[in-house]
Amino acid sequence: MRAVLPYGGSAVLVESQDVLGLQAALAADPPVGVVELVPAARTLLVRFDPAVVEVASLTRLLSSVSTVDVVTGASEAVTVPVRYDGADLVDVAEASGLSVREVVSLHSSASYVVSFCGFAPGFAYLTGLDPALHLPRRSVPRTRVPAGSVAIAGEYSAVYPRASPGGWHLVGTTSVSVWDVERDPPNRLTPGTRVRFEAA
Amino acid sequence: MTGKVEVLATGPFATVQDLGRPGLAAVGVGRSGAADRSSLRLANRLVGNPETHAALEVTLGGLRLRVSEAALVAVTGAEVEVRAGRRAAGPNGPLVLRAGEELVLGTATRGLRCYVAIRGGFDVRPVLGARATDTMGGLGPPPLAPGMTLPVGDVVAGQPVVDLAPLARLPEEPVLRVTPGPRLDWFTRTTLSTLVTAVYTVTADLDRVGVRLDGPSLDCARSGELPPEAAVPGALQVPPSGVPILFLADHPVTGGYPVPAVVCEPDLDVAAQLRPGQRVRFALDVTSPTPATSG
Repeated sequence: MRAVLPYGGSAVLVESQDVLGLQAALAADPPVGVVELVPAARTLLVRFDPAVVEVASLTRLLSSVSTVDVVTGASEAVTVPVRYDGADLVDVAEASGLSVREVVSLHSSASYVVSFCGFAPGFAYLTGLDPALHLPRRSVPRTRVPAGSVAIAGEYSAVYPRASPGGWHLVGTTSVSVWDVERDPPNRLTPGTRVRFEAA
Repeated sequence: MTGKVEVLATGPFATVQDLGRPGLAAVGVGRSGAADRSSLRLANRLVGNPETHAALEVTLGGLRLRVSEAALVAVTGAEVEVRAGRRAAGPNGPLVLRAGEELVLGTATRGLRCYVAIRGGFDVRPVLGARATDTMGGLGPPPLAPGMTLPVGDVVAGQPVVDLAPLARLPEEPVLRVTPGPRLDWFTRTTLSTLVTAVYTVTADLDRVGVRLDGPSLDCARSGELPPEAAVPGALQVPPSGVPILFLADHPVTGGYPVPAVVCEPDLDVAAQLRPGQRVRFALDVTSPTPATSG
């Protein structure tokens, strides 16, 4: 049994140790009345049509549905070439007690999976960051982080899809466009996508 | 295309809105769309448009438009003085503009956001399936500015059928119904009773993303940080200050602050009309069933 928490008249928030596995299970066999699934770090938001399904029966179903194994090896990994020239690279090295070369090596040798998107259109939270590089966010966020910045914060790494404010540590830049509204789909990195960073 | 509309003045802030981009939250795109959805729908219906057409959302009034060809328009939402050409006109009904005439909105006297629909719809280029301006996600057309020209479409749903939609006035001191939110258990035991007995004041810190309220703080009983989780419109998000922020149409897709209560969807249109300085109260919703928490 997992916790299913109330979230207004047309959504519930499901806590799960395996958010992607739960999302995959519900996407493969959509329960009646479910209209949208929104994964996040430890939860899956399930939006439903209250005219079609009662929250009590949906809650029962969601609390006991089995997750499926997300075979992350099934899809080809997206390779993101990175110039490790980020403004925070030296600070990151200092804060983690490593050399810049070691930071680059740790960041570019890990394999990442998109856990969820949020913060901005196309902004994908990648898990898989080496624990040696887990750092709290910058105490003072930048008002403008350029598009294509490769950054880390907490247990995550990410590529800024477009220029925006941001509090993550910038370790490099990529020319790969992870977000383009003229493209269908607009985002390169969706939940479940595997990602590798390659020092360019 | 059946003509165009020239924007002569916008007031403090005006955008193109429709019913938004539902279903894209998993890639970080919020629904956005009109903050007061029923007023947008009504404005469209009054001119015989499908409810999904794009209209203008005008904050506090002050809009001036000129139509290149004869047009049928309607103004809904906040109470505002309306002039069609040289004629005094009113909201909540179809208004005829002759070619070259102006539609002028005064300053809203009750409520915050007016909606202006035109027969055929504002046919700006859609982005990801919608013409709404998402101020948080930076999607859709830019906010309106004087000198801008908006194309008018030619798709309609039928003939306008009423001269005036009878509507109750917006409440002076709205009561918004709430249900318990997903993180109510992060808060002290009296949080819900504080919320439904206190009077909150709407601050000037208010936009399409949310409304910051002033009043008794809601106290988090936990010190840990909440990992980001998806939010919905109507969520009352409580940052460490304890003062709730009510999420509106352009709320962030995921948020990192706990949500002890959620404003019911039918009351969000009223919430979108809150003005700075206005008083607002909350009441526990007893009509909709509260899902049982399990696990």
